[in-house]
Amino acid sequence: MAELVIEQLTKSFDGAEVLKELSLHIQEDEFVAVLGPSGSGKSTLFHLIGGLYEPDEGTIALGGDKINGQKGSVSYMPQSPSLLPWRSILDNVLLGAELAGHKDKEAALQMMDKAGLSGYERAYPHQLSGGMKQRAAFIRSLLSPQPLILLDEPFSALDEFTRSEMQKWLLDIWQSNKRSILFVTHNIEEALFLADRILVLSEKPARVVAEFQVEFTRPRAEDITLTEEFLQYKKDIYKVLKKGTGE
Amino acid sequence: MKMVEKGWRPVLVLILLLIIWQVLVPLFEVPAWLLPTPGQIGLEAVNSWPNYSGHLLATIRLSILGFFIGSTVGLGVAMVLHLVPKLRETFYPLLILSQNIPIIVLAPLLVIWFGFGVVPKLIIIILVCFFPITIAALDGFKQTSSELLHYMKMAGADRRQIFWKLEWPHAMPSIFSGLKIAATYSVMGAVISEWLGAQEGIGVYMTLASSSFRTTQVFVAILLIMCLSMLFFAAIVLLEKRVIRWKTSGGGDSNG
Repeated sequence: MAELVIEQLTKSFDGAEVLKELSLHIQEDEFVAVLGPSGSGKSTLFHLIGGLYEPDEGTIALGGDKINGQKGSVSYMPQSPSLLPWRSILDNVLLGAELAGHKDKEAALQMMDKAGLSGYERAYPHQLSGGMKQRAAFIRSLLSPQPLILLDEPFSALDEFTRSEMQKWLLDIWQSNKRSILFVTHNIEEALFLADRILVLSEKPARVVAEFQVEFTRPRAEDITLTEEFLQYKKDIYKVLKKGTGE
Repeated sequence: MKMVEKGWRPVLVLILLLIIWQVLVPLFEVPAWLLPTPGQIGLEAVNSWPNYSGHLLATIRLSILGFFIGSTVGLGVAMVLHLVPKLRETFYPLLILSQNIPIIVLAPLLVIWFGFGVVPKLIIIILVCFFPITIAALDGFKQTSSELLHYMKMAGADRRQIFWKLEWPHAMPSIFSGLKIAATYSVMGAVISEWLGAQEGIGVYMTLASSSFRTTQVFVAILLIMCLSMLFFAAIVLLEKRVIRWKTSGGGDSNG
């Protein structure tokens, strides 16, 4: 149901092409990372999938249904946690489900417990640390009914230490609550550590220039980042990224 | 306790001013019909309580009723203007223009149109109350964080959900500042409307007093208006504290 297929997506703003004939697909329960130079239309891609804009050409299909310009078909986690400051953490976590029309408080409480947020149900967002806020934001998207989650550089505002903690946490919780995930980042190591597959975007107008299947077995331990294989991947991806920006 | 800690400075200045006033009036032999001393005013306030209590009650009733209708109208106008951008573009400048008409000038006209009943009085209070609320609420709606708005849109919220779940709560602090201003204005509006001709009210009490040179009573009326405004203000602040619990502690007026 959760298969995302994007074909020949083209979008331009004021005559400047941002995406050109971009195609990609995500299989059910697959974790796909999108890597690209900054300003490479990654957020435009998300806005199109999220339905905020209509593409000029091409189709976006989720589970076989065309979702061009249709809001609410995917669940979304932005760069900033974007928790509503007047809601308690529990109510915030339920927001995504609430917007879709059905919320399950029990499931939310269980999920919060698993995420190490128990005891904070009635706290307000400003009382939480940056990492905890991001966890809450991720749980919010997990609790939304949509089968595909878009993650827009979710950890880029965190410090290095919290960031690697969060990456491990994310893999952990995803392992037991599988969803299809499209993860945008500009951090090669992050993409390698998390994803099943990595797509590299070119500079504007963006299209997929390379695709890497990441063969590390799951569950992944932190020390894979130190292996020879990991470094080799990193070099290869770096080369492609360099070439993409250099031309 | 915090209020006491922060409040002592203005209270001290006030007391000092009153003392200077109390001392200077007899020193320069100012007659009481020109300027009574604070002591005389206080004494009058206590002694003539039975004379003005009815007036006070009438003004309180009038201002509260006017305030409620005025705030409802104000919020309603703000919501409509916000949700229909075309209307906002059209009416926002007119709204500002409407505030340039002095209420004092408008008041006699309203009497000509609606007589001496409660209607023209309420209209005056509504007119002074709705504007600060409308402007504050509109600003509040407009200043909704674009980050949160973006999230809500991506998450598939429709216009109604965006308004009630995001923009409305987001505007709450602004709406409350509007309500605070409107609450104090409502007392002033009520008094002005009573000047036009009413059976009872602080405004009536004041006109009667000033026309017979009972200056002390005029000052009592001023004192009553001030106290009433402050009371209304305090009530709104209390309500605000109960409604908005999520603000980070001491936002706005920290550092005492």
